[in-house]
Amino acid sequence: MLGKLTWSAIPFDQPIPLIAGGVVIVALLAVLIWVVVKGHLPYLWREWITSVDHKRIGVMYVLLASVMFLRGGSDAILMRIQQAIAYQSQGYLPPEHYNQIFSAHGTIMIFFVAMPFVIGLMNLVVPLQLGVRDVAFPTLNSVGFWLTATGALLVNLSLVIGEFARTGWLAFPPLSGLVYSPGVGVDYYAWSLQISGVGTLVAGINLVTTVLKLRTKGMNYLRMPMFCWTTLASNLLIVAAFPILTATLAMLLLDRYLGFHFFTNEAGGNVMMFMNLIWAWGHPEVYILVLPAFGIFSEVVSTFSGKPLFGYRSMVLATMAICVISFMVWLHHFFTMGAGPDVNAIFGIASMIIAVPTGVKIYNWLFTMYGGRIRFATPMLWSVGFMVTFIIGGLTGVLVAVPPADFILHNSMFLVAHFHNVIIGGVLFGAFAGFTYWFPKAFGFRLDERWGKAAFWCTFIGFYVTFVPLYAAGMLGMTRRMQHYDVAVWRPWMIVAVIGMAILTVAVVCQVVQLVVSIRNREALRDRTGDPWDGRSLEWATSSPPPVFNFAFHPDVRGEDAYWEMKAKARQEQFAHAEPEYRDIEMPRNSPTGFVCAFFATIMGFALIWHIWWMVILGLIGAWATFVVFAWRDHDEYVIPAADVARIDRANIEERRNLVSLAGSV
Amino acid sequence: MAIAATAGHAHGDPHHIGVVIEHPGPAPKRVVTGFGFWIFLLSDIVMFSCFFAAYAVLLGQTAGGPKGAELFDQRNVAIETVCLLVSSFTCGMASIAADVRNRFWFYLAMAATCLLGLIFLAIEFREFADLVARGAGPTRSAFLTAFFTLVGCHGLHVTAGILWLLTMMAQVFAKGFRADIMRRMLCFALFWHALDIIWVAVFSVVYLLGSAP
Ligand code: HEM
Ligand SMILES: [Cu+2]
Repeated sequence: MLGKLTWSAIPFDQPIPLIAGGVVIVALLAVLIWVVVKGHLPYLWREWITSVDHKRIGVMYVLLASVMFLRGGSDAILMRIQQAIAYQSQGYLPPEHYNQIFSAHGTIMIFFVAMPFVIGLMNLVVPLQLGVRDVAFPTLNSVGFWLTATGALLVNLSLVIGEFARTGWLAFPPLSGLVYSPGVGVDYYAWSLQISGVGTLVAGINLVTTVLKLRTKGMNYLRMPMFCWTTLASNLLIVAAFPILTATLAMLLLDRYLGFHFFTNEAGGNVMMFMNLIWAWGHPEVYILVLPAFGIFSEVVSTFSGKPLFGYRSMVLATMAICVISFMVWLHHFFTMGAGPDVNAIFGIASMIIAVPTGVKIYNWLFTMYGGRIRFATPMLWSVGFMVTFIIGGLTGVLVAVPPADFILHNSMFLVAHFHNVIIGGVLFGAFAGFTYWFPKAFGFRLDERWGKAAFWCTFIGFYVTFVPLYAAGMLGMTRRMQHYDVAVWRPWMIVAVIGMAILTVAVVCQVVQLVVSIRNREALRDRTGDPWDGRSLEWATSSPPPVFNFAFHPDVRGEDAYWEMKAKARQEQFAHAEPEYRDIEMPRNSPTGFVCAFFATIMGFALIWHIWWMVILGLIGAWATFVVFAWRDHDEYVIPAADVARIDRANIEERRNLVSLAGSV
Repeated sequence: MAIAATAGHAHGDPHHIGVVIEHPGPAPKRVVTGFGFWIFLLSDIVMFSCFFAAYAVLLGQTAGGPKGAELFDQRNVAIETVCLLVSSFTCGMASIAADVRNRFWFYLAMAATCLLGLIFLAIEFREFADLVARGAGPTRSAFLTAFFTLVGCHGLHVTAGILWLLTMMAQVFAKGFRADIMRRMLCFALFWHALDIIWVAVFSVVYLLGSAP
């Protein structure tokens, strides 16, 4: 009846996960009860859960990422403490638990923090920058988000019911095969990624179509803001890479569930095929994450330098070059696994070639700043901090791309330091920059600058204190994924690293405080202009937060830096342009499809993990029925009458006319 | 719309087509839907190419078990191929019928497509069952694992296509040829034709190359 699920799945004998899980459940219940009692449920259902508005969905993605960041971060704290005290002792975490923690940490950070964060920002911003009303497929967008949330939920369930994978975040067979991992850990891993992977693919298709087909009038390719370009590149990579992940995980699951022989040791299975497949997805994945961050930095740097982006066209070229080359280097992840010197040399050189377009980008940002009137607001701090940090990470990356060096550094702490260097210094700094930069657009008020800067400096310093010691430990021969060790010279570095972790924790606290303080002071921080940073692209042309329809009429773009030119023109003409002719606007209707689908996907995923076959069938039928019901709807759209559009737009113009003229002349 | 804009500009300056053209704004819905679906199909083809790659890698890994040459029945495959190719034709007929709003021909063509798809599936099912009965199931060797997965994945797609097809017929029956239903019909037709393309690859790589001794 319940498959493999028994009471023994709940870890009554392990206090840490049980208590952690218990606290989370209690907290969730408390929030839920508070929501219901206060009567917020209808509001949440109407305005958020069933919303198909790209702005709302973007915000929910970022919220999901933030919550999961706390979860993945607490894993990081656990690991750092363990390695600080586990010198000639067992530390406080039993080995099989430690293995689950690093696996969960990596999986969560990549799939449920970095991915939703950048996808959320792209969702929020790209339609605004393109001057359009929504993404290409709004309902699908909601489905994508909720499927991602399903994956996150399943990973967290593994904390209390059953266990998580002990195989690392890429679950290499044969370790992840049935013989060596008979438990449900790998199944949790694989199904949650499989489900959220579908969500990601959906988001990718949606954004590619949006950028290629929905630009506003006059928005030629070479007038698109840089962030739209990097979004396009990143989502093309999603469309090309995520199906590889799906196929690979499907093969792994077939091996585990039906006794197939893709990656087994017997009957001719081939483990190296898994390595090739997973990294054919995995390497592009890091560019999927970092390209949008590059786009964010481009927007931020040019806005806060008060200059157009230097070398816009070379930037576009560099972005697309990275997009293509990233598919040709995957083998550098297994130089040490016997491919031979020729193959290694070719892939080593190909890997280093990526440094060229990346360098182009760095120089372009520097030249954008050169001679500009730079304002060091929080987003700009993140950008400058990024440039310094990312260069270091990039250099150590070139180092591990040298095959002989990689033979020494492979799977050492040096590698751990390197990828955190690029992923924190690149992706996370970018996410935080984008978060502070676009927060006023999403919510209508700015974030507190003092706490924002404190958060930046703590993250920046904490980052170096945590990860530079790992470079050192790696050079001294410390390998990754060690639960305890006996080498005295590593110890001091581990202790420094745990201090860095403490500073990073303070940084996270600063971020939370920043949010709380800003919400409290939101009246004082209110952004009435819609353009708090004196921005250059179209998202600043509408009010903050934008009306559901984003723009009362499709803006007509006449050059790069569309909004900058509009502002200049408006000032020249003393704001004397004629009032536009307002029309009715059709907007997509709310739909619970995404939520209901994710509900059935959760049931199905859970049932698959525990081999509860009747429940699997139930979930399948439910998901299919949802689609049919959705397909049967008659009215997907509702109309906002021209009079309402005119009223909203006039109020908006009235409010910002004076303010914009002031802002521009500062 | 886009074409009109091109033509207008091209008159003025025939040497600068594509340079002077101003982007006309968001594309119409039908274009957007079709385009998005194309992108989905491309991603699906990427997924298939992973299974093809796995098949190519594992082709020789028979673990002492039977090889393709001993297992595949070319006549069977020929019938399957004919069924699928003809079903693509009938599917095209259904699209045309939908375009000219002819219900009778639409239902007829869709029913024919459905029937041919079902025949295809039945033959495939029989082939699989036969192989398993002969001790050549997917767990026998890595080669057979890859074979069953690749061909089975295509079969699953056909199954999903038939479910979709029936839903389309029901929708046209209940709601007629409305714009949104026509958009879905466009996607369905793309899907069905794409399955054909993938089958041609399966046919060549799996059955023709795979049965080389
Ligand atoms: C906030 C500070 C962070 C700290 C202190 C930290 C710490 C760690 C540690 C100790 C490990 C395990 C190293 C080992 O023994 O193998 C690890 C692994 C990893 N981390 Fe982080 N991490 C942090 C943030 C992040 C972020 C933001 C990401 C990605 C967005 C990330 C992605 C990963 C990945 C992919 C692994 C590999 C997991 C595996 O070996 O399977 N980490 N991290
Ligand atoms: Cu790589």
